[in-house]
Amino acid sequence: MVLQSSLKNCFQLSCILRTPKAGFRSTTSGGLIIQSISNDVYQNLAVEDWIHDHMNLENRPVLFLWRNSPAVVIGRHQNPWQECNLRLMRQKNIKLARRRSGGGTVYHDLGNINLTFFTTRKKYERMENLKLVVKALKGLRPRLDVHVTDRYDVLLDRQYKISGTAAKLGRTSAYHHCTLLCNADKFVLSSVLKSPYTGLKSNATPSVPASVKNLFEEDPSLTCEMLLDAIAEEYATQHQIDHHITLINPADETVLPGINNKTKELQAWEWVYGKTPKFSVSTCINMVYKDSVLDVKVDMDVKHGRIEVCNIDLPKQWLPPALCSELVKSLIGSKFCPNETTTLATLLRVCPQDDELHNRWNLLCENMMMLM
Amino acid sequence: VCIHRVRWCSSIRFIKSKYVCVFDKSALKFSHQQRLFRTSAVSYGQIVQFKLSDIGEGITEVTVKEWYIKEGDSVSQFDSICEVQSDKASVTITSRYDGIIRKLHYNLDEIAFVGKPLVDIEIDASKGVAPEEDVVETPPMSHEEHTHQEIKGHKTLATPAVRRLAMENNIKLSEVVGTGKDNRILKEDILNYLAKQTGAILPPSPKAEIMPPLPKSETVPGAPKDRARKIPVPVSRPIVFSGKDKTEPITGFHKAMVKTMSAALKIPHFGYCDEIDLSQLVQLREELKPLAQIRGVKLSFMPFFIKAASLGLLQYPILNASLDESCQNVTYKASHNIGVAMDTEQGLIVPNVKNVQVCSVFEIASELNRLQTLGSAGQLGTNDLTGGTFTLSNIGTIGGTYAKPVILPPEVAIGALGKIQVLPRFNGKGEVYKAQIMNVSWSADHRIIDGATMARFSNLWKSYLENPASMLLDLK
Repeated sequence: MVLQSSLKNCFQLSCILRTPKAGFRSTTSGGLIIQSISNDVYQNLAVEDWIHDHMNLENRPVLFLWRNSPAVVIGRHQNPWQECNLRLMRQKNIKLARRRSGGGTVYHDLGNINLTFFTTRKKYERMENLKLVVKALKGLRPRLDVHVTDRYDVLLDRQYKISGTAAKLGRTSAYHHCTLLCNADKFVLSSVLKSPYTGLKSNATPSVPASVKNLFEEDPSLTCEMLLDAIAEEYATQHQIDHHITLINPADETVLPGINNKTKELQAWEWVYGKTPKFSVSTCINMVYKDSVLDVKVDMDVKHGRIEVCNIDLPKQWLPPALCSELVKSLIGSKFCPNETTTLATLLRVCPQDDELHNRWNLLCENMMMLM
Repeated sequence: VCIHRVRWCSSIRFIKSKYVCVFDKSALKFSHQQRLFRTSAVSYGQIVQFKLSDIGEGITEVTVKEWYIKEGDSVSQFDSICEVQSDKASVTITSRYDGIIRKLHYNLDEIAFVGKPLVDIEIDASKGVAPEEDVVETPPMSHEEHTHQEIKGHKTLATPAVRRLAMENNIKLSEVVGTGKDNRILKEDILNYLAKQTGAILPPSPKAEIMPPLPKSETVPGAPKDRARKIPVPVSRPIVFSGKDKTEPITGFHKAMVKTMSAALKIPHFGYCDEIDLSQLVQLREELKPLAQIRGVKLSFMPFFIKAASLGLLQYPILNASLDESCQNVTYKASHNIGVAMDTEQGLIVPNVKNVQVCSVFEIASELNRLQTLGSAGQLGTNDLTGGTFTLSNIGTIGGTYAKPVILPPEVAIGALGKIQVLPRFNGKGEVYKAQIMNVSWSADHRIIDGATMARFSNLWKSYLENPASMLLDLK
């Protein structure tokens, strides 16, 4: 039923768009509410890109509703090694995505809803959007103590953060998106958003950690669907449009031409890791070998996600110097990524064979991988 | 400076309605003024300070996070200049002018101020500039010549009027197919693209024969119209190939491969090939597959090939040996750590199954599963990737019959397995039957391995696989 009506609604819109007459007036009031049927973070981010790049938002702002399967999303200018536990994420198969808007790092799962408010650049207004969300929440549960701070966070009980905000401004259009914690896994959230990497120095935007709480904890009768619906309803009311949610498939090229390329771009290593601002790693590894503990000093500069400069200080003669310099030479230019480092293991082939050497080499490589 | 040029006058208003070129009085006056302006003292190379425009929400300071251009680059109007960040908002600043960047006023991570100069642009005066706000009528362009818009390195041809049309509708020229001369983008192309775009966010329209917009300006010659004619005369447009060579440094996987293969060159290889009848093995595997499945392990043919190889190596240990650098000593390795070549997204990796000589076929299968899972996730450890003594490459899963594998030092032998084909063969009674045939290609280090040894090993391996029951006799 909803889909049919939205079909009609959209058809009218499409007619308007097709006739570029002078001074047209939209017969439906400005606004469109869409929801993604996908839970893939890259596909959904690609939809945001697509709307930002291609849609004419003049007098027709858009609200985009989406949810993702477990993923960590970092801001445009952030450093993933600084922000989250990449090792743990690899083990748990939690994806890492970099969005195009600024701001800090967030954890998404199906218990978290994402809202994106698309407007023209001139109508960009974050406070209004967040007030809309708070109004919707209060409309649903009048006794909820939720309010918007001047940092554009939404707090529950004046203490707990339930929503974070970020925005992207282009030449003619802009979007403001925010999260909303309904029933996310707080345990996983706190463990993946804690970085185990030490010795990192960078100018990347740091995140501001905050205590979080799920709305579900405050009121167990709340579900994500209810929240999405309430917010859509409030948006529809404020923009004087029908409360119809159009479903979109972020993989459908016929509806969103060029979307799959955008998705690929967002998944590419060059974007997710390669866009990390230049940073340096300066740390000391304590390697346990047989009965002793060895101190290995490692200094690296990483630019565009690749190792530019590398220095490994090993105890004298622990490894033949030729081998050590071979390792350093190979690291330079490689991605700062454990997969790449394992290939270094195979470098041993070209050197004389010796079990002892073998073990030491492996140990060093494994420790280097731990830094990534 | 009187040049005969056709004037394109566009009087376009902000409300996206008319994209029609209109010659009207005011435009003429304007152009007249423009001409005067040009012939006056204004010379080429006027440097304009492009100020950081208002971001909104009362923001006065932002941090410069990324430059998209550098000093000396040429920019077109609406090209991205830099990315700045302010309080969780990331803003893309685009150029207001066509010209050449002469100075960047800020370094990365510096604070930039709204209203203060961001970059200096040397303007090509003949091209005109955009006004302060992107709102009003723009001064008429005075060329018929194509104004190039460089988008991500692709130059797209379009007249200023067409570009403005694209800009106002938020269309990236790089995504529009140009049908004009030299793949120039015409107004019709923009309108067509727009029509397709409005189909977006909507259920697909009945005539959904979508032509995906080409990122590069490539066209193909038109299809022959009249199929009845014997020799169709294609209505062709000149094929424009705008591809460019791409050079990138060798890193990571490829670097390791370069090193390994260069070392392999030092080994004098010889090859030996044969054909194996796997009919009985195929049957055996079918019987054992469900049993392995119950235990949670996927059983392929590899575990059998690996175990048979190990049994063969027990008889011909020189194939599991290693020659030292100076070729003075041969080390017979006690463990059979049999490597399995794996094709991953990043390239070729060869993890190995340790101590096959004491593993059962099931244990080998289980270990292979583990290595395959880790391999595809890119999570293999150094221990899995080192210590191999002999390698098998099952290239047949992709295809091929005979191959010429390269030995991975410090090993001395390697086998490549082709695909299993169903072929007719004669049995003992002289009858033709359906046989499951696979080819194997061995390569060995001729410095310490001779042809006879390789042949005998291969025959033994072959006999185990052609008659799997015989493996039972020699299993330890």
